[in-house]
Amino acid sequence: MRWSIAVVALVVAGVAAGAPLLLASRSVGKTLAVAQSGDLRAAESFNGIKNRRARSVALFEEAGKVIESPRCLNCHPAGDRPTQTDAMRPHIPWVVRGPDGFGAESGLRCATCHHSANFDPAGVPGNPEWHLAPAEMAWQGKTLGQICAQIKDPKRNGGKDMKALIDHMANDELVGWAWHPGGKRKPAPGTQKEFGGLIRAWAATGAYCPS
Amino acid sequence: MATYRLKVNGQTHDIEALPDTPLLWVLRDNLHMTGTKFGCGVAQCGACTVYMDGSPLRACSMPVSGVENSEITTIEGLAGREAEAVQKAWVARDVPQCGYCQSGQIMSAIALLQANKNPTDQDIDLAMNGNICRCATYVRIRAAIHDAAQSLRG
Repeated sequence: MRWSIAVVALVVAGVAAGAPLLLASRSVGKTLAVAQSGDLRAAESFNGIKNRRARSVALFEEAGKVIESPRCLNCHPAGDRPTQTDAMRPHIPWVVRGPDGFGAESGLRCATCHHSANFDPAGVPGNPEWHLAPAEMAWQGKTLGQICAQIKDPKRNGGKDMKALIDHMANDELVGWAWHPGGKRKPAPGTQKEFGGLIRAWAATGAYCPS
Repeated sequence: MATYRLKVNGQTHDIEALPDTPLLWVLRDNLHMTGTKFGCGVAQCGACTVYMDGSPLRACSMPVSGVENSEITTIEGLAGREAEAVQKAWVARDVPQCGYCQSGQIMSAIALLQANKNPTDQDIDLAMNGNICRCATYVRIRAAIHDAAQSLRG
């Protein structure tokens, strides 16, 4: 029988004990906020690159820090099965994309476990739109340049023109989950607003791709 | 604490609970419906499977605050052709061993047969692989699902 007989973790690991942060001159909240925001450069910081193509490529490479984070790649798998955790291991239990991206048609649907919001008591992330990206939007295993070309291709981006693409990156609620993943999951770098700004600036500079 | 009005197996219940209390705890501790089992608590084993508005749901990963205005069905409230077919097939095949996971297995099996009257082995894998059985009764479960499907097809 091919059912996945996974070893079930019956006990959720407790919160790892961490040494207190010693922050001499700033409040903890302010310091953490600065550190997270600093993970992604603002679009304006690339204005010093005078060559338009080079600036466009640099902007996309910065946006690539988000695109290539586990929060995004886990649901843009190369096959039908998503990955999970920061280690991007195959999803347990075995689930597949299904015809609509929301799971097998008469089998395990995403919503069986993933509900409308993160539920930390069970360690399960959630969003009302929780689903896999379509197969033609697979990112795993591709270079950033290949992903860039894919993102611009309406045949492989859900028929989006650049305006719709910017809107998707900057405002889509499920994309936005990447910055609010709950639990111990590492958020995508920066903020969705900063990411949207990078994509907008990349488009405005010609949407050139890394080689 | 807040008050929540839940509809479970056709009956309305008002219960007091914290918003992030898992539905599973409410079913077992508040409503004393202990047919739904606690297995892992992290949506990995399927023992706590119920239906919300007819679709399978892991009751351990759903807060009670998320199920108001929904119809919850537990193993105690199952009825209908598929439920009868699965029950007969389960008895005929003597499927359970320790039995702990079986309410979740049965909930998933019935949901599969409600959607698909002629499931292939692959369909069964895709529907049932989230339900773990530590006694490894998987062979009998699969056979019983095929038996139930055949009886439903007449």
